[in-house]
Amino acid sequence: MAKPVEDSIDTRITRDLMRPMLMTGWRFHVTAGILTLIALFGFAAWGYQIKEGMWVIGKNRPVMWALYITTFVFWLGISMAGTLISGILRNTGAEWRRPITRCAEAITVLALSVGGLFPIIHLGRPEVFYWLSPYPNTMQLWPNFRSPLLWDFMAINTYLVGSLIYLYLPMIPDIAIMRDRVEVPWRRRLYTILALGWRGTLLQWDRLERAVSMLAVMIIPVAAFVHTIVGWDFGMTLTPMWKSTMFGPYFVVGAIFSGIASLIVAMVIIRKMYHLEEYLRPIHFDHLGVLLATMCGIWLYFQFAENLTAWYGNTPEEMAVLWYKLKGPFAPLYWAMVFCCFIIPMPILAHRRTRTIGGTCFASILIVIGMWLERLSIVVPSLVRPRFPNAWGSYTPTWVEIAIVAGSFAGFILLYLIFSKVFPIISIWEMREGYHLERGGHAVESHLEIAKEPAR
Amino acid sequence: MQEHNEHAAQPESRKYRWGMVIDLDRCTGCQACVVACHAENNIPIAGEVETYRGHATNWIHVERYFEGEYPHIKTRFIPVLCQQCDSAPCEPVCPVYATYKNPEGINAMIYNRCVGTRYCANNCPYTVRYFNWWDPVWPEPLPQQLNPDSPVRMKGVMEKCNFCSQRITRARDHAEDENRDIRDGEIKPACVQSCPTNAMYFGDLADPETEVSRRAHGGRGYKLLEELGTQPRVIYLKEEDWSGKAG
Repeated sequence: MAKPVEDSIDTRITRDLMRPMLMTGWRFHVTAGILTLIALFGFAAWGYQIKEGMWVIGKNRPVMWALYITTFVFWLGISMAGTLISGILRNTGAEWRRPITRCAEAITVLALSVGGLFPIIHLGRPEVFYWLSPYPNTMQLWPNFRSPLLWDFMAINTYLVGSLIYLYLPMIPDIAIMRDRVEVPWRRRLYTILALGWRGTLLQWDRLERAVSMLAVMIIPVAAFVHTIVGWDFGMTLTPMWKSTMFGPYFVVGAIFSGIASLIVAMVIIRKMYHLEEYLRPIHFDHLGVLLATMCGIWLYFQFAENLTAWYGNTPEEMAVLWYKLKGPFAPLYWAMVFCCFIIPMPILAHRRTRTIGGTCFASILIVIGMWLERLSIVVPSLVRPRFPNAWGSYTPTWVEIAIVAGSFAGFILLYLIFSKVFPIISIWEMREGYHLERGGHAVESHLEIAKEPAR
Repeated sequence: MQEHNEHAAQPESRKYRWGMVIDLDRCTGCQACVVACHAENNIPIAGEVETYRGHATNWIHVERYFEGEYPHIKTRFIPVLCQQCDSAPCEPVCPVYATYKNPEGINAMIYNRCVGTRYCANNCPYTVRYFNWWDPVWPEPLPQQLNPDSPVRMKGVMEKCNFCSQRITRARDHAEDENRDIRDGEIKPACVQSCPTNAMYFGDLADPETEVSRRAHGGRGYKLLEELGTQPRVIYLKEEDWSGKAG
């Protein structure tokens, strides 16, 4: 590789951000190996469940939904990270967004891909999941558009395609940079295909910027709808404490909440692992921490409203669920959730002195765990306590469910690591553009400079 | 909605609306209906462990509860089966139309269309929908008594009471062969047929002269969780001041 003669900040940015992709140590391989094993074990457990039938899991009558739907809702919530940070911050022109948009968008796509598997894992007959799509067939069959699950199916697919394009488009100039600088043959071939012949002409830049700013607007309502519809999977039913008008906005808030938390955790890991301390600076964690604290308060408000209205209404079927949750067998998990989602993180995030990188990271980890528990506390108690007391049940997961859920976590982290090894996890051109703007220059200058740089 | 399709073959035929009446004052909780239902509808057997784990299937089950305070206690029984709601919460939530209201008022279940989301079971306020947790197996010699008129369901699909629709079909075929309407009392689902105290009646609720209609409107009738607006087609009978007369 031709060493650039003058070590300008521009070339340094490029070099710094390409380094994580090109240099891989033994620690990465060990981590990836362990994660692969856990993920494979999860797949094996799924295979076992398909072969044996669903009796191997803890679901039963009346608890027909449990860990899989919990984890599905959880991953969908995590996927909100990309849209919120990237879409909203791009639209408002917040400059501090530059180093974090890519991390966030990648979380969206990967969390959706992992989470999207769960409704299929959950099906009694996973092999025919495509019957939910309206395709012409000789059976004269058509899906039922009145079912919230069908809305879900449509919304998730729309969201997945949308966020994939939204991740990919702003990555094209970076892929082109890689194509022109990387020597490994398979990488060069991959980047050549993905760069779509990007040459960095002003016309191309103009089109890209238009497309990105349009997508940044469009993706926000799509994301809001996806999370609303996931809430409506519950809110549209007759089931006690699911049937609620607030589940749409409640789920959007929960999604933003857990999305920001997961983004902070991912950023801390990237920062440490790839030594990008110069790029992911304390100010980013401070800003995101404030945002997280805000969502923390809004989340508590919804949680409170949900319980208070049920308690005040005092109908026997809702009280059975509420007490099961607050002081029944579910209480330890419920109160653990309250501690993880509010009581511990809120003070940490509220004080400037504790809103450090370490502090926000700790609070975020708790919130991610707490939000998984929150999904569980929505799904399970309502089903354990159906209207007829004679049908009351209980739920304990089996190793199969736990293995599959653990596998999804390992799989997500693994995919994220691989992504960061193949594509720059911090946008090179956006950082360089930001640097130019900071010095009072124009974005075009930065674009031209990238094109002028010596390739290979 | 699809009535004209389904009845194209029998243009002038009467429109049946099947319903059931269960007289709780007569029910002794003997469970004969449960056994008969298992035999008629090829219902999978769960065994002790899986029943404990909540994996048992009973399209009809007899619930027991107590009235009054010890020692003045009365035991009551209530057989619970699919209520065949006219406005069934289970139907709209199914993403693939595997369950739907058929023209004769039965919540039909299309087993081979079901993909197993189990959403219908969550939304059933009566908790009477069952999931096939495994491919059913019967110990010998039980496989030899499987009912050829009733399908055996595969693992991964929902199932529930359908008022023994195979018997309804057979009775309709007979009636059509003889060019007449189905007579009142001609169809007896397995549970009705086997009830030793004649606590259950089945028939056409659209015709006010049938036994079910007369009993349903006899003044003792009520429906389960009627306040939800599900409009069940199973009517329970009991004395007006039944619950007050404990002991």
